[in-house]
Amino acid sequence: MTTKGGHVVFLFPSVSHALKAEKILKEAGVTHKLIPVPRHISSDCGVCLRVEAPLRDEVVARLRGRVTWEGEAPLEGS
Amino acid sequence: MEKDTEGRVIYFDNAATTWPKPKETIRAMVAYAEEVGGSPGRSGHRRAVMAGRIIFEAREALAEIFGCDDPFRIVFAKNATEAINTAILGLLEPGDHVVVSSLEHNSVMRPLRHLEKRGLRLTVVPPGPDGVVEPDRIEDALGADTRLICLTHASNVTGQIQPAASVGEIARRRGVLFLLDAAQTAGAVPIDVREARVDLMAFSGHKSLFGPQGTGGLYIGEGVEERLRPLIYGGTGSRSEFEAQPDFLPDKYESGTPNTIGIAGLGAGVRFVLSEGIRRIREREEELTGRFLAGLAAIPGVRVHGPQDASSRTAVVSFTLEGVSPSEAAMTLEEEFGILCRPGLHCAPSAHRTIGTFPAGTVRFGFGYFNTDEEIDRGLEALRKIRRHNT
Ligand SMILES: Cc1ncc(COP(=O)(O)O)c(C=O)c1O
Repeated sequence: MTTKGGHVVFLFPSVSHALKAEKILKEAGVTHKLIPVPRHISSDCGVCLRVEAPLRDEVVARLRGRVTWEGEAPLEGS
Repeated sequence: MEKDTEGRVIYFDNAATTWPKPKETIRAMVAYAEEVGGSPGRSGHRRAVMAGRIIFEAREALAEIFGCDDPFRIVFAKNATEAINTAILGLLEPGDHVVVSSLEHNSVMRPLRHLEKRGLRLTVVPPGPDGVVEPDRIEDALGADTRLICLTHASNVTGQIQPAASVGEIARRRGVLFLLDAAQTAGAVPIDVREARVDLMAFSGHKSLFGPQGTGGLYIGEGVEERLRPLIYGGTGSRSEFEAQPDFLPDKYESGTPNTIGIAGLGAGVRFVLSEGIRRIREREEELTGRFLAGLAAIPGVRVHGPQDASSRTAVVSFTLEGVSPSEAAMTLEEEFGILCRPGLHCAPSAHRTIGTFPAGTVRFGFGYFNTDEEIDRGLEALRKIRRHNT
C-alpha cells in the first residue's frame, strides 16, 4: 500500500519498548503497524513501528516521556 | 492404624509450590508450545513478535498486581532465589552493613553469609515474642554504613506477615535500600510497592502467582537500576552492536533466551489472580487456615509455631506433635492418609532457631486457594488419629 508522503519508522532499544509504544498508539487510536526492521536500517531488536509520515508529530507527542526510542527513519513508498 | 487415603491425595505443600495450577496457566503454556514457539526480541518475524508480546503482557500483569506504574521495572528470573541473589550480590560491597531479620529463608541468608566472608557486616534482628519483627528494632540496628534492609514479607515457617510498609518508611527516611522477599506473599496477600516503599522486591512465580516452576522475578524501584549490577551478562537481542551490557530496563537484567513458555504460564496465572481478586483469594485462604487452626487447638499434644490468628498470617501452619518427630509425622501423613506436606527446616534454619524448633523442625501444612474445607477436616482427622496412636 502506497501512501502519499510515505512512512516513518520508529526504532526502539528493545522489543519491550516497541511493544509498549504499540500499546500507547493503539490506546490513542493512532494508525500504526509493528513491522520487521527494514534491511537498510540498523536496529537489533527486530521490530519497529511504521506510521504514515503525516502522523509523525502526533506519534512523537504520544510517546514522549512514556517510552524511549532510538531513532526515526523515513521509509519511502512502502 | 487404619488407612484413609481413599485413593486421593491431599496437597498441603503449596508454600513450596502451588498445585494444582489454574487451567489458564496450563493452556497458555500449551498454546505457546503449539502455536508460538519463537524467541522474543530476537527477530521481527511473527513468532518472535508473538513471543515478545507474551512476555510483555506477563510483565504488565505483574506490574498491575504489585501496583507498579512501569512494567519495565519487573524483571524476570528463574525463581525468587535468583532475584534475591541479583539484589544482594548486585548491590553490596565489602564493608557495607546489612540489617536482616532472623526469620529469613536461606535464599537471603546464604548470599549474605557468603558476602560476610568477604567483609560484609550483618546485623540479624529477631522478632518479638509475638513473631513480629519490630520496625523500631530494625531502625535501632541501622548505622552510618548500612546499605540494605532485607525482610521476608511472611515467613515460610511461621506464616507471620511482617510490617513491610513501616520498615519501608524507615528505610526511606534513613536513606537505606529495602529488599522485600515476597516469595510467600506475592499473589496471596495484597502488596503495593509504592505503599510499602520497597526498593527491591523478589517474588516466586510458581507459588501464589500460579505460574510454573522456573519463574520468578524482581521489582526494581526507581533509580535503583543505576546502582544494581546484573547477576548475568549476555545477549539480550538489543544493542547487539555493542559488547557492553545494555544499561536500560528490563534488558540489563535479562540476558539469554528467557523461559518464554514458563512466563506464558506465569502471565496467565497472574491474570487468574487478578480476575479472582487477590482479596477474595486472601479471604478464602484465611478461612481455610482459620478452620485448621481452630481444629488443631482442640487436639491435645499439638503445638502451633506461629500466630494463632489467621488474619495476621499466610496460609502456612507449622506445628509439632508431642512424641512424634516431624519427619515421622510427615511420612505417616503420606502413607496412611495421602496427605502431602513438608517437614523439617524448610530452607530456613535461622527461622527455626528463632522459634526454638531447630534442628528437628516442624511439620508444615501450606494451604492454597484450591484446597477445600473437607480436605482441612481430613487433615485434622489424620492428626487426631496420629496423636491417639502415639499416646
Ligand atoms: C520466604 C521464602 N523466600 C524465598 C524462597 C525461594 O523461592 P524460590 O524457590 O522461588 O527460589 C522461598 C521458597 O522456597 C520462601 O519461602
